[in-house]
Amino acid sequence: MHLSPDQIVFWHYGWLTLNATIVYTWALMLLLVIGSRLVTRKLSTGQHRSRWQNVLEIIVVGIQQQIAEVGLPQPARYLGFLGTLFLFIAVANLGTMIPGYEPPTSSLSTTTALALCVFVAVPLFGIRDRGVAAYLKSYAQPTIIMLPFNIISELSRTLALAARLFGNMMSGVMILGILLTVTPFVFPVLMTVLGLLTGMVQAYIFSILAAVYIAAVLRTRDISPANPAADSP
Amino acid sequence: MLIDWFTVAAQVLNFLILVWLMKRFLYQPVLDAIDAREQRIARELAGAAAKQAEAGKERDAFRQRNEAFEQQREAMLGKVATEAASERQRLLDEARAAADALLASRRQKLRSEVANLNQAIQKQTRHEVFAVARKTLAELASVSMEASATAEFIRRLHRLNEGDKSRLDNAFASATESVRVRSAFELPEAQRVAIQQAVHQLFASDLPLHFDTADQLIGGIELSVNGQRMAWNIDAYLSALEDEVSQLLRGNDKPPPPGPLDGAAAA
Repeated sequence: MHLSPDQIVFWHYGWLTLNATIVYTWALMLLLVIGSRLVTRKLSTGQHRSRWQNVLEIIVVGIQQQIAEVGLPQPARYLGFLGTLFLFIAVANLGTMIPGYEPPTSSLSTTTALALCVFVAVPLFGIRDRGVAAYLKSYAQPTIIMLPFNIISELSRTLALAARLFGNMMSGVMILGILLTVTPFVFPVLMTVLGLLTGMVQAYIFSILAAVYIAAVLRTRDISPANPAADSP
Repeated sequence: MLIDWFTVAAQVLNFLILVWLMKRFLYQPVLDAIDAREQRIARELAGAAAKQAEAGKERDAFRQRNEAFEQQREAMLGKVATEAASERQRLLDEARAAADALLASRRQKLRSEVANLNQAIQKQTRHEVFAVARKTLAELASVSMEASATAEFIRRLHRLNEGDKSRLDNAFASATESVRVRSAFELPEAQRVAIQQAVHQLFASDLPLHFDTADQLIGGIELSVNGQRMAWNIDAYLSALEDEVSQLLRGNDKPPPPGPLDGAAAA
């Protein structure tokens, strides 16, 4: 019983380790990129479109609408990061239907990596919109006393992101493994179905939380005294 | 340790590569396709709006043309109605003129018929008068018309005024040819002798009398000698009768008839 696919090592040389997390991640990357390429190389701009194009358009437009509903202006600017986050986690979690597959998201290393990406991306988006000084100044808002609390907030929410996704996915895989040993029929199938739902929900939660964090940074600028009139819902 | 930092670094790198690849192969092409479709739809909608506006303009132009055509039609109808009224008036005038000409022609014809009728009446009256007189004289006096006429002729010879008698005397005196006595009827010998004797007695002439007949005398006797003439016949009466009948007919014809039927009735 593995707690993490990191423990499944295919190749090892010095500090270089090729474990199941990295391999499955590459497989997912290939699946996503090749699938997208196959569909988007013959995109139609007319009335008639292929069903795969329709599926991709629904997914992309749906993600864009979700980003817009969170409150981010110009959602296309964040589509690459947030959309990839959602699609990667969702596809990784949906793969649990395949026997022998270990989702990379059940590795704390992967979820930490994703959380770190969010942790870095949020200030980057903030700086891109506001500038370095204004962004750093937002940590001292509303008073300088709040500076440590804001920093702790940033760190803790990154930790929470990583731990939440890891915990949910790891627990799902663990429960499934335990149930397979106890009751090998029927019940594991139900738990797999539940795992699919949980996986989708976690992908949604992770992406939406990242969007919310970005939106919060941008909104901090909006409610600053320099631009009070922009504080509209 | 659940976190393998090498794996974390690799996953971060993997994720960043995946973000770039997905933007390259998924988001950008799909968004471009959607934008192109929206632009095409917007162009089609704009084209449809332009066509609609053009159709509206054409509709307005057609409506204006229709109204102009309607006005032109009304004007032409009015003109035709005016021309028809004037043509009707012209035809009525022509018909009235033709009717007047026909009426005048009929009146002329009636007048000529009246004249012909007068002549016929005159002729018939002469014969009738002569027949009636002859019959009356024959029945009442037991004398013939010829005898009465002869007696009246002889009586008139005796009653000649001086002027007429002298002219006849001169005529007899200078006469070299026979004296002509014409009558409408063949005189019997007795009447011829009576006339011969009367002439001898009045004018002392031995010239022979030549008797012959002439229809136009109508019951009368005429004596002509050397250009002088003495006659008695009923032609004078008939002329008077003709004058009276003519005056009567003219009197009836004088007031202009109110209509063609009245004219015919007068005839």
